[in-house]
Amino acid sequence: MFNEETGISSKIREVVFQVKSLTKVYTMGEVKVHALRGVDLELYQGELVVMLGPSGSGKSTLLNIMGGLDTATDGHVTYFGKDLTRAAEKELTEYRRYHVGFVFQFYNLIPSLTALENVTAVTEIADKPMRPEDALSIVGLAERLNHFPSQLSGGEQQRVAIARGISKNPSVLLCDEPTGALDSATGMADRVVHLSNGHISEIIKNAVKKSPREIHW
Amino acid sequence: MKTLDRKLLRDLWKMKGQAFAIVLVIISGVATFVMFLSTMNSLNLTRTRFYQDYRFADVFASLKRAPEGLKYRISEIPGVDKVETRVVADVKLDIKGFHEPVTAKLISLPDDGRPLLNMLYLRKGRMVETGKDNEVIISEAFAEAHGFSPHDTFGAVINGRWKTLVIAGIALSPEHVLQVRPGAISPDYKRYGILWMNRSALEAAYNMKGAFNDLALTLSADAKIGDVLVHMDNLLERYGGLGAYGRKDQMSHRYLTEEFRQLQRMAEMFPAIFISVAAFLLNVVINRIVSTQRDQIAILKAFGYSNLNVGLHYVKLVILIVLLGVGGGLVVGAWLGNGLGNIYMEFYRFPFLMYELRPSVAAAAAFISIGAALAGTVYAVWKAAVFPPAEAMRPEPPAQYRATIIERMGLQRFFSQPSRMIIRNIERRPIKSLLSIIGIALACAIMMAGRFSKDAIDFMVDVQFGLSHKEDMAVTFVEPASMKAVHEMKDLKGVQYAEIFRTVPVRFKFQHRSYRTTIQGIEPDSRLHFLLDTHLKPIHIPSSGIVLTDYLGNILGIKPGDMLTVEVMEGSRPVRQVPVVALVKEYIGLSGYMNLTALNRLLREGDAVSGAYLTVDALFLPEIYRTLIELPRVAGTVVIKDEVKNFYDTHAEAFLFFVFVATLLAGSIAFGVVYNSARIALSERSRELASLRVLGYTRAEISYILLGELALLSLAAIPVGFLIGRGLCAYMSKALESDLYRVPLILESATYSLSATVVLASAFVSGVIISYRLYHLDLVAVLKTKE
Repeated sequence: MFNEETGISSKIREVVFQVKSLTKVYTMGEVKVHALRGVDLELYQGELVVMLGPSGSGKSTLLNIMGGLDTATDGHVTYFGKDLTRAAEKELTEYRRYHVGFVFQFYNLIPSLTALENVTAVTEIADKPMRPEDALSIVGLAERLNHFPSQLSGGEQQRVAIARGISKNPSVLLCDEPTGALDSATGMADRVVHLSNGHISEIIKNAVKKSPREIHW
Repeated sequence: MKTLDRKLLRDLWKMKGQAFAIVLVIISGVATFVMFLSTMNSLNLTRTRFYQDYRFADVFASLKRAPEGLKYRISEIPGVDKVETRVVADVKLDIKGFHEPVTAKLISLPDDGRPLLNMLYLRKGRMVETGKDNEVIISEAFAEAHGFSPHDTFGAVINGRWKTLVIAGIALSPEHVLQVRPGAISPDYKRYGILWMNRSALEAAYNMKGAFNDLALTLSADAKIGDVLVHMDNLLERYGGLGAYGRKDQMSHRYLTEEFRQLQRMAEMFPAIFISVAAFLLNVVINRIVSTQRDQIAILKAFGYSNLNVGLHYVKLVILIVLLGVGGGLVVGAWLGNGLGNIYMEFYRFPFLMYELRPSVAAAAAFISIGAALAGTVYAVWKAAVFPPAEAMRPEPPAQYRATIIERMGLQRFFSQPSRMIIRNIERRPIKSLLSIIGIALACAIMMAGRFSKDAIDFMVDVQFGLSHKEDMAVTFVEPASMKAVHEMKDLKGVQYAEIFRTVPVRFKFQHRSYRTTIQGIEPDSRLHFLLDTHLKPIHIPSSGIVLTDYLGNILGIKPGDMLTVEVMEGSRPVRQVPVVALVKEYIGLSGYMNLTALNRLLREGDAVSGAYLTVDALFLPEIYRTLIELPRVAGTVVIKDEVKNFYDTHAEAFLFFVFVATLLAGSIAFGVVYNSARIALSERSRELASLRVLGYTRAEISYILLGELALLSLAAIPVGFLIGRGLCAYMSKALESDLYRVPLILESATYSLSATVVLASAFVSGVIISYRLYHLDLVAVLKTKE
């Protein structure tokens, strides 16, 4: 079977995430914010998907719900058929612990732990993690293992956050603005999803993926 | 070590100031708890062991004179185990270099030197040699007060004859752990001693060959003490028995029991306050930490840490703080407990203090502290853990402020912008502000409670010796004497004025209640001895009927107008009915008072007197003392000034100790509460304050906003503290009242001001520390932080 919209054969690629009419409203003080207004989306195994959209378009909210970090107001998100929006706290914890890697927009390192310890805090509880030192050396921080976040530059903190995200060898890696030059990275993606005002406005499939080397960072 | 545990230690280090303040409060709470409980346990244990090992008797009786053979009839009373008869006498002592009147109780020892009951613990020297009639053992407290050692000598007037006594040994007795002269308000080791002498020597001196005038006995396990006492009274009546009594009415035991009861009350009250303050502080601080670490909690959860993992992480932090406090508290508590125990050992003469800090006390302290702390923190942790991580990662919405009641009333024009910020902030969190006020108020209250006993005792002494007893000294006679004896007193050189009194041992009965005490007969127009009504106004002794101490009226359930049954415990032992005409206020002891003429009429004894109250010219004191020692008729003399001075001397150390402990504790609580409130306010509002600095406010102005709030809370706490303190003291005064004394609820203005000063000084110190931080506020760094 060939999906017209995605242009990808679902026989070849299994659906990992299925998002159906997902809605999220949250309250900030006395203001209600409609972050997602009925989003439908499927993500497949092996895909690199980039989501683009202006600030407040709902990118982070969608990522958070897919990562089991936030609850939906309405609609469903399934992960390999398992409904995350209906999952119990314990199941969500296990999901986060064993399946998802995160890289956050603001790095969110724990200030009282060194770079190495920030990664170790994750690998300690994971199933088959890599060595924390290895994760940090992948991002080029092998020399700065014992520095505290306050002793690292913004870019270095970001790389610690990335090392932390990949260190557990997660099944899915969810990155919220992991790099400042995301626009240029869209060329690497299988698909680019455009969000605007809580809706998906457009999905573009890259017929030809560029390799990282071809991209001007 | 797990990475999270490492984080925990670093977090703890970062909040060391706050943690220290909390630890200080917990130390205070645990230390007080341990101090009181361990002291009480130790004293109890020591007492029990001493009583057991040295066979403290269960029942005591004094009588005029009975043949030794009566002993066998007494031992046949069902329930009686061992009986020991004795000869006991009150003697005057004549000590070289000490001119004031000294009296002593002289107790016989079996000639083999081995008493069956109330055995002596020999501290120094040896027991009295058989056949020696001039050797005595003296009580340790008395020996210390006069610097006596074995082989030293002193004079004694024994049955009217002056005799030199040689000290053979120095000892302690379970019967006289507390040596209080009958009728005195506190132990006076200089002027009252206990002496032990061979029975045969005493028998010879008092014509008691083959007879006794005192006995002690122990009971078998199944004995009913009430029945035994009735039996004994029946047997001893015709021998001039003064009524048998059990341990609970034995002077030394009774005082000890009373003191132990007070310790128990303290042990219940103070630690409860500390623990609740500590729990409150932990709650506030943990709440704050958790809310500043919202995003960290979210991250941990995002990477798969469960609510339980995260919750435990903070619980560990709390437990770590509490354990530091408990550990410190145990050490300080044991130290203070030992100190308090040793202070008590000055009063109570045990051979040794078996200081014991029971594991159960330590465990209870830890358990209560951890429990209270967890109860205070569980909600905060739960609140943080229950959020979905994404929500916790979003910055907290701006705090919701609104115009305060003052502004709604249209009074804002009176307040500057910074003052309005202070008021709004207090009103925005009324509960938190209220709890801070209560916390600080408790510190003030504790300080007041620490000083209370001193104020109350000052007052009791003022009333007792300033208003009620105005004589310089009271002289008692060996036997009830005639008026002639008083004229003899009046004629002494230096005596300005003398008034007679009569003391009669009695048992009062009303309905099913009874109480043993004395009736004091007072001269009709006494100029020295006044009764005070409930407003402390002197009242004249009515010409007929009896006046009772109000507390005694309560015990007997009797009120003016009722008929009181009086069983006289001496002479022909008549039983009479007397109407109660009034109740009077007295803080020390319980007595009945009658017009002397009315009392003698009641006893049908003519003009018998027990002694005289004297006022004297101080210049002639040494001569008067000398004469009183020599006069055979005089059994003893109590000098009021010495009595009061001695009272303060013996209690001064205990007062100081309690005030010291209270100050330490109150200071630590006030500091703990204020510092933590300030520290939290600083971290919550540093961004706001830094913004103001950027806008051009001076350091002093931003300090005002932050510290003004604390100053306002501290000041508001003072009156609340006064109220709570007064309530606490009222509770203490109620809890401590007994037939020995009633502690009036008296708080001097100095106590109020001292308490307020300690609290404000502690608040000031924390203010200084915080303003130091405020002065070093890094504007750029603060403004860059996300929160």
